[in-house]
Amino acid sequence: MGLLDQKFENSNVIITSMDNLLNWARLSSLWGMQFGLACCAIEMMATGASHYDFDRFGVFFRGTPRQSDVMIVAGTVTLKMASRIKTLYDQMSEPRYVISMGSCSNCGGPYWEHGYHVLKGVDRIIPVDVYVPGCPPRPEALMEGLMKLQEKIRSESLAKKKTA
Amino acid sequence: MIPQEIHDALVSHFGNAILDAKLEGVFDPFIKVAPDRIKDVAQFLRDNEATAFNVLMCLSGVDHTGGKLGVVYHLHSMRRNHKIVLKVDLTVEQPHCHSVESVWKTANWHEREAYDMYGIIFDGHPDLRRILMPYDWEGHPLRKDFQVPEYYNGMKVPY
Amino acid sequence: MEETLTQTAAAERPATIPGLGRPLKEHEMVISMGPQHPSTHGVLRLELVVDGEVVIDVIPHIGYLHRCFEKHAENMTNYQQVIPYCDRMDYVAAMNNDLGYAIACEKLLKIKVPERVEYIRVIMAELQRIASHLIAVGTYGMDIGAFTPFLYCFRDRERILDIFEQTCGARLLYNYIWIGGLSHDVPENFAEKVRDFCAYFRPNINELNDLLSYNKIFIKRTANVGVLPPEVAINCGASGPVLRGSGVKWDLRKNDPYSVYDRFEWEIPVGTGTMGAVGDCWDRYMVRVHEMEQSVNIIEQAVEKIPPGDVQSAIPKRIRPETSEVYVRTETPKGELGYYIIADGSASPFRVKVRPPCFVNLSLLPTISRGAMIADVVAVLGSIDIVLGEVDR
Repeated sequence: MGLLDQKFENSNVIITSMDNLLNWARLSSLWGMQFGLACCAIEMMATGASHYDFDRFGVFFRGTPRQSDVMIVAGTVTLKMASRIKTLYDQMSEPRYVISMGSCSNCGGPYWEHGYHVLKGVDRIIPVDVYVPGCPPRPEALMEGLMKLQEKIRSESLAKKKTA
Repeated sequence: MIPQEIHDALVSHFGNAILDAKLEGVFDPFIKVAPDRIKDVAQFLRDNEATAFNVLMCLSGVDHTGGKLGVVYHLHSMRRNHKIVLKVDLTVEQPHCHSVESVWKTANWHEREAYDMYGIIFDGHPDLRRILMPYDWEGHPLRKDFQVPEYYNGMKVPY
Repeated sequence: MEETLTQTAAAERPATIPGLGRPLKEHEMVISMGPQHPSTHGVLRLELVVDGEVVIDVIPHIGYLHRCFEKHAENMTNYQQVIPYCDRMDYVAAMNNDLGYAIACEKLLKIKVPERVEYIRVIMAELQRIASHLIAVGTYGMDIGAFTPFLYCFRDRERILDIFEQTCGARLLYNYIWIGGLSHDVPENFAEKVRDFCAYFRPNINELNDLLSYNKIFIKRTANVGVLPPEVAINCGASGPVLRGSGVKWDLRKNDPYSVYDRFEWEIPVGTGTMGAVGDCWDRYMVRVHEMEQSVNIIEQAVEKIPPGDVQSAIPKRIRPETSEVYVRTETPKGELGYYIIADGSASPFRVKVRPPCFVNLSLLPTISRGAMIADVVAVLGSIDIVLGEVDR
């Protein structure tokens, strides 16, 4: 449904480009890695629950980085945790995307000034595709962030290699 | 028991290990104890029938500035329904205090945290290592003169 | 050749495993239930020393979410500015954290808040208690393997968050309970909404019992697992449902009352060993379910008696307490939360030490899970109900 319903005009045949097909497949079933760190994790769980429902976007959470496409870094990244995040990101197989959810993983959040153990933004260690602001962001904001990621994926192309 | 009675019982048992006390005009009356006798005082307070302090509510490290550190113990008795505060004064050059882990098991993690944050060394603790900061961190963060390091393992720490 | 190999292997093995206190034996293995794990309720690392499937020892490693709350509290320019940081410690029960800090500061400043503020604070704290226990119960079911109760609990929780959002605009971290009062007064139909919620929620507790509590598989997974004797619980400083699950009838709202809790009629639920030994995981879980019911009782009584008044009349313009210190403890959904505040006469606190209930409850984990199997460690951890934001501050 959604992306495909206008296409079925004559019998069940669609003609499209490889780019469109791959991008449609990737963005319609972005399997996320369960990676809640702090308060934003509760809002991520609420987004996955039945009131806001992530499953209608094709997103459900996998426990292991090997089987996931997107890592939603939800919560504060501390210096002790940073090396583990880098390891987990390296273990994800490509194509892989990162959504930075919440103020803490965008830029350090409320802990930017005196936090001696807080990493001021997860983009200091891994590349981030979408930043979702908020403290914590509402479930609707996280869904909008996911939709922005889907637009980004829609514009990808096999001809251009994604720079890691 | 009122704080005055607790103080009298301690002085009669431990004499000059009880350094000072402030029982009036404060929200929580406190008694100052010598750092090397704190375990005996704690054991007495827990096992004595009249005091019966079976709960250690909180153990905090404090940095009083000027090179002075301290440990504060908040005790509570469920049976007798009274509370008392014990304080120990230490210095940065001599940060040794006896551990009360054998009296109340709660103190195990609390003392590890006080060591991690202030550098107070608890003699007799079975496993005194850092608990909140990474194991290779240098410095004691909650001291007032702590300087935030510029880099930690290749990551820039300040904003 | 084989002799040399064994000797080399023995030489490479470290002398003592930190936390275990002795070197590893031949048949033992160390498994890291690492910081990223679906069932550890956050970033907690458990080092399990196992012999096959049986756990010999559990060494918890915390600090992966240490966000320097105490340093921030010392450096804020104002006592009121610490309150958003208090919210973020136990992020599923933010109202209760704020309440503890506000009561501690009001004791320091010798402020008496209006009656209306007290009643609204109690209603908010109890609604938050229900919300926190719903998450505890829902995620516990998910750890054991039952996914449906999780969705049902979150559905009910959304109704509570709607009430909070109408009052102060935020769903999770409110900054609502200020020193001396509240940030906003409640909307006009607040009492009606709360009454509707109570009427809606009471039957849902029975639904939850049918789904999860008396489910045979759940009972088999949790009864007689992780038994905590009461003397060990008291000596190790346990509090909240962990202590009450072992049969100790101790609740700060009745034994050391604060705010207006002494004006309501309600019971303290304790674990009675219905399904197994007293103090097992099932008892701790059931205490939480009964507490939700008791919270509904308190809310129904409180909402009838809210007096009129101004919620911001007692908020001080300048907060400059004299040199003094105070220790105040309140009963949060996780247990006894203590704030030790040292004031030095200036506008910002000199020292704020937080005694978190989850930090102390978590230190019990090695004691009660020795000899259990790996899957039981997950059950025990879920029944202790930790929130890493509070453990690490």
